[in-house]
Amino acid sequence: MYKVTIGLEVHCELESNSKVFSPAVNGYNENPNANVAYQDLGFPGILPVANEEAVKRALKVSMALNCKTPDEIIFDRKNYYYPDLPKGYQITQMTKPVGINGYLNIEVDGEIKRVDIHDIHLEEDTASLDHYDTYSLIDYNRSGIPLIETVTEPCMHSKEEALTFLETLRSLIVYCGVSEARSDKGQMRCDVNVSVSNTNELGSKVEIKNVNSFYNVGRAIDFEIERQTEILQNGGVVEQETRRLDDETGETFHMRSKVDAVDYKYFIEPNISPTPVTCEMLDEIRKTIPMLQLERKQMYKSKYDLSEYDSDVLVKVKENSDFFNECVELGADPKKACNWVTGMLMGYLNTNEITIDKVPIKPLMIKDLIDLVDNKTISSKQAKEVFEDMVTSGKKPKDIVKEKGMMQITDDSAIYDVVMEVLKENEEQAKEYNPEKTRMIDFFVGQVMKKTRGKANPAKTMQMLKEELAKYVK
Amino acid sequence: MSYLDKSLDEIHAALKKGKVTSKELIIESLKRAHATQEKLNCFVTILDDVKEEKITFDVLSGIPYACKDNLSTKGILTSASSNILSDYVPVFDATCVEKLKNKNAVMMGKTVMDELGMGGTGTTGHTGVVRNPWDQTRMTAGSSAGSAAAVASGIVPYALGTDTGDSIRKPAGYCGIVGFKPTYGLVSRWGLFAFASSLDHVGCLTKSVKDAAYVIDAIKGIDEKDMTSFDSSNINLVEDYTTNVKGKKLFYIKELNDELKNSKEYYDNFMKVISYAKDCGIEIYEESINEDILRSIYPAYMAISCAEATSNNSNLTGIAFGSRKDGLTPDEVMINTRTEGFSELIRRRFVIGSFILQKENQEKLFKNAQRIRRLIVDKMTELFKKYDGCIMPNSDSIAPHFGDVNDVMSDKYLLFAENLAIGNFGGFPSITIPSGLIDNMPVAVNITGAVKEDSKVINIAAALEEKIGFEPLSTRKEK
Repeated sequence: MYKVTIGLEVHCELESNSKVFSPAVNGYNENPNANVAYQDLGFPGILPVANEEAVKRALKVSMALNCKTPDEIIFDRKNYYYPDLPKGYQITQMTKPVGINGYLNIEVDGEIKRVDIHDIHLEEDTASLDHYDTYSLIDYNRSGIPLIETVTEPCMHSKEEALTFLETLRSLIVYCGVSEARSDKGQMRCDVNVSVSNTNELGSKVEIKNVNSFYNVGRAIDFEIERQTEILQNGGVVEQETRRLDDETGETFHMRSKVDAVDYKYFIEPNISPTPVTCEMLDEIRKTIPMLQLERKQMYKSKYDLSEYDSDVLVKVKENSDFFNECVELGADPKKACNWVTGMLMGYLNTNEITIDKVPIKPLMIKDLIDLVDNKTISSKQAKEVFEDMVTSGKKPKDIVKEKGMMQITDDSAIYDVVMEVLKENEEQAKEYNPEKTRMIDFFVGQVMKKTRGKANPAKTMQMLKEELAKYVK
Repeated sequence: MSYLDKSLDEIHAALKKGKVTSKELIIESLKRAHATQEKLNCFVTILDDVKEEKITFDVLSGIPYACKDNLSTKGILTSASSNILSDYVPVFDATCVEKLKNKNAVMMGKTVMDELGMGGTGTTGHTGVVRNPWDQTRMTAGSSAGSAAAVASGIVPYALGTDTGDSIRKPAGYCGIVGFKPTYGLVSRWGLFAFASSLDHVGCLTKSVKDAAYVIDAIKGIDEKDMTSFDSSNINLVEDYTTNVKGKKLFYIKELNDELKNSKEYYDNFMKVISYAKDCGIEIYEESINEDILRSIYPAYMAISCAEATSNNSNLTGIAFGSRKDGLTPDEVMINTRTEGFSELIRRRFVIGSFILQKENQEKLFKNAQRIRRLIVDKMTELFKKYDGCIMPNSDSIAPHFGDVNDVMSDKYLLFAENLAIGNFGGFPSITIPSGLIDNMPVAVNITGAVKEDSKVINIAAALEEKIGFEPLSTRKEK
């Protein structure tokens, strides 16, 4: 048996008001070298200033990952030469990362699995290079953008586990509101360590650098498992090395061997004086960490008795889940609220390709709508009509019901009068009434509805009709 | 005597009264700069077209000054006396330069230094050696060599310098002027081309202690661009300036003094200053510091400064900065640029720094150097609880002749090689003042005090300066 072991190093850009060590805008700009300050270009005489907001956001993710936080924030320099690294060193964290020894629970095939986090650290991104035939262009817009790098222990054993971890981590970051974490925008990148072993010992570590999408992470793992297994099967030894993934073929190729490993000559960044991490600061940040995806899902299933499927649908987007939670907090029945949110509301969002913040609907409206149906003011069919109105107009359901004259007639005597009127007008049919034939009673219900323009309470109408028609039966 | 040779408050008063104009001072300053340039080589750039400034309530307004060439000056060549930056014209001002600009001070030139600040002789700048105005066969020391020579020869009343080990104070001592390196963080380092960030300071070279107080007051202050700068609104050197230092306590280091006893003239000079101190009402004590630690300052300083320097100068690759040299690959471009751009001495320091930072050497070399730094800083901090400052000989020699010393590092554990780096290790305020002449060349003493006690250090130096009564070279010549 071959044992696969996988570890991941996941880089994710953070959103912040400015870059991590410079005042330049942290954001996308289609014009190259538009979002740059002196620091991002490595001008002689520059000094870094640590962005407090970015530090707090990194601490937030660290705490959400159950990490131990440091007593102070300090940074280290990672020294190496590359054309995309303007200062000749990257400011990162090695001595005291924002978090160490954490974990993240993931759900694989219905089972909860704990993935141990070695550390999470805050650092600056490099510039980006565009290579052409005889020259390369450097765009410094990316230089200095805050990144958090999450490093797992080598504790995953399949592609599924690795990909689920990535999805769960992504959702955690998004739930924490610190990044969109979109790999299609290059906001999330990954180094993948794969080792295959035919003993109980860990195999040689093969690192695949800079994989740019979850899909490619899967491809890299598949390829490496196959490649390394084949080597072992042929009695060979897997070499410890760094490889790169060819996006086109899905194959990995050799980049450098262990002997060529770069010595980054780390030392503490002297220009950033240590900032103490206080309990108050951590408490403040902790308050802003929401309940995460997996916990919410478990709560929906156990506390609200929602189905696996519905729970999954609800937690997929935090804002939708937040919306649902608020409906329930306002007193709406969880199952009914779930039906409205996952059915009509998310249907509307999907059809129009918009997010929940773009519709004027509020949780209280859903709650009120459910109440209107529950107390039989309107029928569930009418409720759908009300929903379609309020999702675009933002009007209160009660107002819509009033506007459209939808109030049901629930007054027994009023319905009785109409029922008697209908029976009188259709005496022939009444005489032929047979309780076995349900279609016959539907005819009478239809007539009552026609006369009341749909406002008669259907249940009550049915009840009265049954009683009255029974008198015609000999 | 020209007004240019007077103290800053005298010049200011004369400007206010209209006895002299900013323009006249600038013309005189430029004239002297050109007249001495061939002999002394103070400047990388002389700003001949510089305009006079309005005289305001600021003492420095309208008065010319010189600026070391490793301080970023917008639109003005800033080469750090290195070939690799020989055509670099910055787009922003260093904070200290900007502050002087806002106070209507007039920068008239950029001074030669040891290449990138890494050297102590004043002989390694890419435009040639700086000569000592007292004796042109001797060096000024460095790295703020041109700044020291320019002030000593009377071209400017003051100059900005930078100090990583002793780069302001050593040349000030050899040139018979005042050199002051304030507390780390009192003056912003934004725009200072970093040599060793944890040791780098901006300071000044002047002809009197009071002038140093004026200059530092003008350039100090918290700067949002430098996280290591601090709010110093309670430190006002001019306002708190006094020569009444009765009851202050100074200590001298026994081990340094014992070593100095080998050179009688120097020892006598130092002891004379000690007796002046006593005359001022200062109490003098002897304190002993472990000699092994003292002898380790030099190698520890070299280890830390080379390590930081190799990283700090890694931006000069020819990609964004540094005169680019061609190559077939980016790696070749970077290697060629750095090989041709830096002198052999600099490359040597980078290699040493790189070696020290290597994983397998860090513990033994880098971390141990930092432990030594911590030991000496802790010891001094402890002593500063009992004393107002430490008094040291600035050096155990007068300015050496060219050829007698070089910037190739020594393998000896010398007591006086880097004694002033104590001030850089702890970020302590440290001032050097001339204490007399030996063989017709200036010698000096240094006062170093506790962090943020810049005023105390200034005032003790001022009291001693008054007693010593040293006549600077620039006014001496006119006599």
